Amino acid sequence: MKRWTLWLPLGLFAFFLGLAAYQLTQPKDEFVHSTMIGKPLPRFDLKPASADLPGAKTADFTDGKPRLLNIWASWCLPCIAEAPHLASLREQGVEIVGIAIRDRPEDVARFLAAHGNPYTRIGADDLSELQLAIGSSGVPETFVIDGEGTIRHQHIGDVRAENVPELIEKLQEAAQ
Amino acid sequence: MIPELGLAALWLAAALAALQLTGGAAAQRGDAGDLAALVRPAAILQGLLALFAFTMLLWSFVVTDLSVKLVADNSHSMKPLIFKLAGAWGNHEGSMLLWVTVLSLAGGLIALIERRLPERTMQATLAAQGFVALGFYAFLLLSSNPFERLPVPAAEGLGLNPLLQDIGLAFHPPTLYFGYVGLSVAFSFAVGALLTRQVTPEFARVMRPWILGAWVFLTLGITAGSYWAYYELGWGGWWFWDPVENASLMPWLAATALLHSASVLAARDALRSWTIMLGVVAFSMSMVGTFLVRSGILTSVHAFAVDPERGSFILALLALYIGGALLLFALRAGTISEGQRFALLSREGALVFNNVMLSAALGIVLLGTLYPLLAEALDMRVSVGPPYFNPMSAVFVIPMLMVMTVGPLLRWRHDNIDRIRLPLALLVAIAVTVALLVGLLASVGLLPMLGLVLSVPLALAAFLPLKGRRLTRVPLATWGMVIAHFGVAVALFGMANESAFTRERLAAIEIGGTERVEDWQITLEGVDAVAGPNWTALEARLIAQRGQGEPVRISPQARNFWTPPQQTTESALITRWDGQLYAVVGDQTGDGRWQLRLWWKPFVTFIWYGGILVALGGVLAIAGRVLGDLKRRRVAARSMARRSERGRLRGAAQTAGDRA
Repeated sequence: MKRWTLWLPLGLFAFFLGLAAYQLTQPKDEFVHSTMIGKPLPRFDLKPASADLPGAKTADFTDGKPRLLNIWASWCLPCIAEAPHLASLREQGVEIVGIAIRDRPEDVARFLAAHGNPYTRIGADDLSELQLAIGSSGVPETFVIDGEGTIRHQHIGDVRAENVPELIEKLQEAAQ
Repeated sequence: MIPELGLAALWLAAALAALQLTGGAAAQRGDAGDLAALVRPAAILQGLLALFAFTMLLWSFVVTDLSVKLVADNSHSMKPLIFKLAGAWGNHEGSMLLWVTVLSLAGGLIALIERRLPERTMQATLAAQGFVALGFYAFLLLSSNPFERLPVPAAEGLGLNPLLQDIGLAFHPPTLYFGYVGLSVAFSFAVGALLTRQVTPEFARVMRPWILGAWVFLTLGITAGSYWAYYELGWGGWWFWDPVENASLMPWLAATALLHSASVLAARDALRSWTIMLGVVAFSMSMVGTFLVRSGILTSVHAFAVDPERGSFILALLALYIGGALLLFALRAGTISEGQRFALLSREGALVFNNVMLSAALGIVLLGTLYPLLAEALDMRVSVGPPYFNPMSAVFVIPMLMVMTVGPLLRWRHDNIDRIRLPLALLVAIAVTVALLVGLLASVGLLPMLGLVLSVPLALAAFLPLKGRRLTRVPLATWGMVIAHFGVAVALFGMANESAFTRERLAAIEIGGTERVEDWQITLEGVDAVAGPNWTALEARLIAQRGQGEPVRISPQARNFWTPPQQTTESALITRWDGQLYAVVGDQTGDGRWQLRLWWKPFVTFIWYGGILVALGGVLAIAGRVLGDLKRRRVAARSMARRSERGRLRGAAQTAGDRA
């Protein structure tokens, strides 16, 4: 065996150590980010999720006005936590389209009655088809969609008080 | 009091490990004195103390001492006794204690019985063993004390992960640990041999039973783990290339290579540096495996055992031991003379080929397992799965299996292909026949096809080394090889069949409805709620009938555990000689029907039967080697006794003659 080959295992091992040590010290990102950011919304046409509001379709997003698309469900606890912040966004004039994931009309109505209704439309996504197509891995998630129907930003998890100005800023950027 | 006794024993054991290291190191510097004489006793006592500490932990779990944090976190007074015991090692601290207990018991055992190597090499080996143990004692005592008390005893325990409340799993981790630790003994022997430059056939013979033992445990552990994943996770798959599965497969691959290269070293005094390096690599893979499982650096189904801080500690130990050993290897291996030469076409040649292929497969699995880590450092997200592992490992495993069919027929040193032409031609003819048959009767993917084609000649060829020998006189170790190689063929046959011919049905059926899969007819009779000691479940009553055969009742369950709340699927299986029917019950659909998932998996059980045969082969080989060694010892002792007797007689005769 040549001399240098004897050092090869040690070299490879050192590389592994360096890599493992580096990764161990990196903060672990547990979120699954959508690869659809910057791309147009997938085509969809969802039936209404409750009797009082219209359903949602791709064409609703192409009238030149930026909107929020909120993936939620009546069975989702963090969705209750984000309800007041969605309401405050609504008060500031933001239009929010809801997508109810695997939900029932009577549960949606009960949720809206209990926690308020920030939505102008709610589409029913009974098989998570739109959710998968848009690259969302959980509930709730909120997407910023610009006036041409392009996905501009993804917020993973419930919207908190500090996220409200952030989302407004993203909507303003999308309007330009 | 019991936990404190355990903790005290651990500290004492750690001190003895330090003594073992110092004594062994002193012996290497030449001033072997009183200190060096202490190495063996220290190793034995250390093993006993670690065993005592582990027993104390077991006791705390048996009596559910809820003032001990580990018990409160992982046990429950309502849990069945066997799972209370399993709870002792079904968590980080307990499993590390088990690890170090087995490690020091192994060290104690070699200190007690192993007398074949030069004493200096033995002392170096035990020093290495003590050094490894010391790191793990530090880990236990400084960052994962299993005996930690709660300031206020808990009212009730938090249970055990219900997925782990399974008899198979109670024994799966300890089995793998025995394997990992056996490799640590091989590692210590390699370091000892390297330090004292005593890489001899004798060294390989001493190391071999430990490699074999480790290898048997790893084989059983992997086989059992695979079967557990198969019936417990309810996905119907038996291997997922999950990082943690790979973590157990990599040491196995390295141990398999090491086993064969140690055989070459023992029989022919060749492959010296290579054997040493594999000895280091095999244990490195066990430690890398432990690191990957414990640090949570890779996402996996085994993520219940994750802790990044402890990951750093294991990584530091890894750097110390493996880095140290590889540095020693780089510095010393050049000074080890090459050993005997051999021709390409010879038993050694085939074994070298097998070694290279196994190492390449190991490299492929290692790369695939670590690749996400590398990609993430470059800000990419990837997951590496079967599309990479299956073809890439097949590239190396298939040529290896081909050589494996003929390798055992070859002679040591050099051989002539003409000598084995007849069996070779027969095997090729059989392979071609199988290929034609399968090709005509079914459409099968390339890899399953290769598996089927290779498994039949491999199974037959496994028995060829017995040809022309009196079966009663064949050494046990040879029987071991025959059975292990046959086991590989059996497992391969199962894998190929399962992936080529599995039939799956996913159906929603109402009560009283019937579904078919292959030649089975399954009727849903009803769905009941049933309750166990710490769970409730929905149980489907199914009647399965194969053709016109006897109907069989099975009842798959969807279980809900309440401490901690978690859902599991309990699949129901019907085993026939030629396969298994696998049934899983799912949710109720909106219109009152029940989701059923049914598979017919032909010859799937052969995968695990094969694994068991491979392990059995290993056991026979160990028995053969150990019995052979005992016999040699007896013969040596007898001839020694005879010689001294003769000497005494001669002395007596001389005295008599002098007197006359």
